Amino acid sequence: MTVFIIRRILQSLGVLLATSVIVFLGVYAIGNPIDILIPSDATQAERQAAIVALGLDRSLPEQYWMFLSNALQGDFGRSFVFNQPAIGLIFARLPATLELAFLALAIALVLGIPLGLIAGLKPRSITDETIMTGSILGFSLPNFWQGMMLIMIFSVGLGWLPASGRGDTGQILGITTSLATWDGVTHLILPAVNLALFQLALVIRLTRTGVRETMPLDFIKFARAKGLSERRIVLVHVLKNIMIPVVTVVGMEFGSVIAFAVVTETIFAWPGIGKLLIDSIMVLDRPVVVSYLLVVVAMFILINLLVDIVYSLLDPRIRLRDAQ
Amino acid sequence: MTTLTIENLSTQFFSDAGIAKAVDGVSLSVGRGEILGLVGESGSGKSITGFSILGLVDPPGRITDGRILFQGEDLVGRSEREMRAIRGKKIAMIFQDPMMTLNPVLSIETQMVETVRAHDKVDKAEARRRAIEALGLVGIPSPEERLAAYPHQFSGGMRQRVAIAIALLHRPDLIIADEPTTALDVTIQSQILFEIQKLSQSFGMSLIWISHDLGVVAGLADKIAVMYAGRIVESGSVDTVLDNPVHPYTIGLMRSVPANLERGEPLATIPGMAPSPVNRPSGCPFRLRCFAATEICASEPAETIAGDHAWRCFHPQAEAAP
Repeated sequence: MTVFIIRRILQSLGVLLATSVIVFLGVYAIGNPIDILIPSDATQAERQAAIVALGLDRSLPEQYWMFLSNALQGDFGRSFVFNQPAIGLIFARLPATLELAFLALAIALVLGIPLGLIAGLKPRSITDETIMTGSILGFSLPNFWQGMMLIMIFSVGLGWLPASGRGDTGQILGITTSLATWDGVTHLILPAVNLALFQLALVIRLTRTGVRETMPLDFIKFARAKGLSERRIVLVHVLKNIMIPVVTVVGMEFGSVIAFAVVTETIFAWPGIGKLLIDSIMVLDRPVVVSYLLVVVAMFILINLLVDIVYSLLDPRIRLRDAQ
Repeated sequence: MTTLTIENLSTQFFSDAGIAKAVDGVSLSVGRGEILGLVGESGSGKSITGFSILGLVDPPGRITDGRILFQGEDLVGRSEREMRAIRGKKIAMIFQDPMMTLNPVLSIETQMVETVRAHDKVDKAEARRRAIEALGLVGIPSPEERLAAYPHQFSGGMRQRVAIAIALLHRPDLIIADEPTTALDVTIQSQILFEIQKLSQSFGMSLIWISHDLGVVAGLADKIAVMYAGRIVESGSVDTVLDNPVHPYTIGLMRSVPANLERGEPLATIPGMAPSPVNRPSGCPFRLRCFAATEICASEPAETIAGDHAWRCFHPQAEAAP
């Protein structure tokens, strides 16, 4: 297990390096930030000074090498726009996004697993049909449209919840979070629900399918023949079996929750990294874009590793070997 | 008093294709400490008979008629709660495929302790102690260490022993064993058979041994009931039925046991296939495959009882024993 984790971390470094090359080239290809950053009435001398100051006068390999050697020392460059360390900007906004993503995931699991169980245990009943129809909506309606409808209904129509911004934050166990204040919670609900809807639909479907596949198996019938209660059969024997696909997909999807947060954060003006990314792309703030992408890739790698570890806890047949 | 008496049991499955009469008027009885071999080919309704006793017939199937008297009390129509108190406690069941009967993601300990605690309010340590004792009974070496293992760490034979240990946890009065040795190697099969016979004798447990293998049943059972198309066509003590089978189906089954043949002799088969449970012929269900069938077989054969031997046939083959 330890060998497995060490090997995975080494592989991750390789992935990060490869990503940095691709990202750097991609961002370089988008356009010249000088055109956007410098006022159009600037003199040629001012323009030249800015280019030199940002290091844009050097060749691409030189720029990449500078970036890489600085990055290894923890310096991912300074934002062209904010004139602050790019990585600092990302980390300042990451908690807001993670808060949103974790809450969305929690909503998806807490509602999705019970609804999927109910639907799977009573297939083709009215309850099942209702839940499954609802999940189709979650899947097929575009995320941004769902967000706008939520604002229309709950903010504009009913006036129950605020439509944008993060609201007040407070401290819980030293972590700054919206969950500490009522104002923060009301601001969090709509964007979290918006982000959760797709995941919720996914969890419901995965759970329902898992229940339908597991219930007819012999070991469920054997569990019944042992005289176990239906409650224990469903909550232990069935649930532990279907957690394996649920953890796999939800783990992979958590990355896309953070990526999808770009849309949700834009709609709800949520001050997270998604909104920062969009703003930075608009003004070609290269260091921020590159740092963002590297942070997201690193998170994906971390999530994958966690999923693999959770796997071995859920399914004893899976051993984390240091396979070649 | 007999442990189990089944009277005229019918279990039917209601589907779009029609009504499948999986069990069609079965009567049988098992005395205390007695082993009944329930024999028949696939689809004859022998497993469904077993599940009916425990009230575990899955929808769209249900018991439509008859009584299942267990220690004098009818189990048909009992509430789910009452049946749950009986399952695993008074009547236990062992399944055919040991690879599939244990939950792959739960440890043996979890699966045994939960069985103890489903019926007896004991603490975990006591439940564990009983689990270890039961594993020892079925011949699992160093049971204490093996308790923490998961099913995939056991061989097929060992898994079946674990399943038997689970069935024995509450010293049930009746065990229904649904082809428990079919999926095992022949050597493991005979070990398991020996263990089961020994255990049922020492605890005075009754046993219903469901099998398609007459050879296995001959060496194990006290009584035998031959099932065909949801009905019992011949029954009696093992010696009577096997020494002097009268129903053409029983005779056909015996002729197709390889051990009964000389070397080089072709293996006899019964022509045709078992009728679909949705669309059974009228009268004797075996008549279309039977060498002795005549016109009268299109009407329902009554049960003939001679001492401890009973059969349903218009043309009993008294002299045709192989």
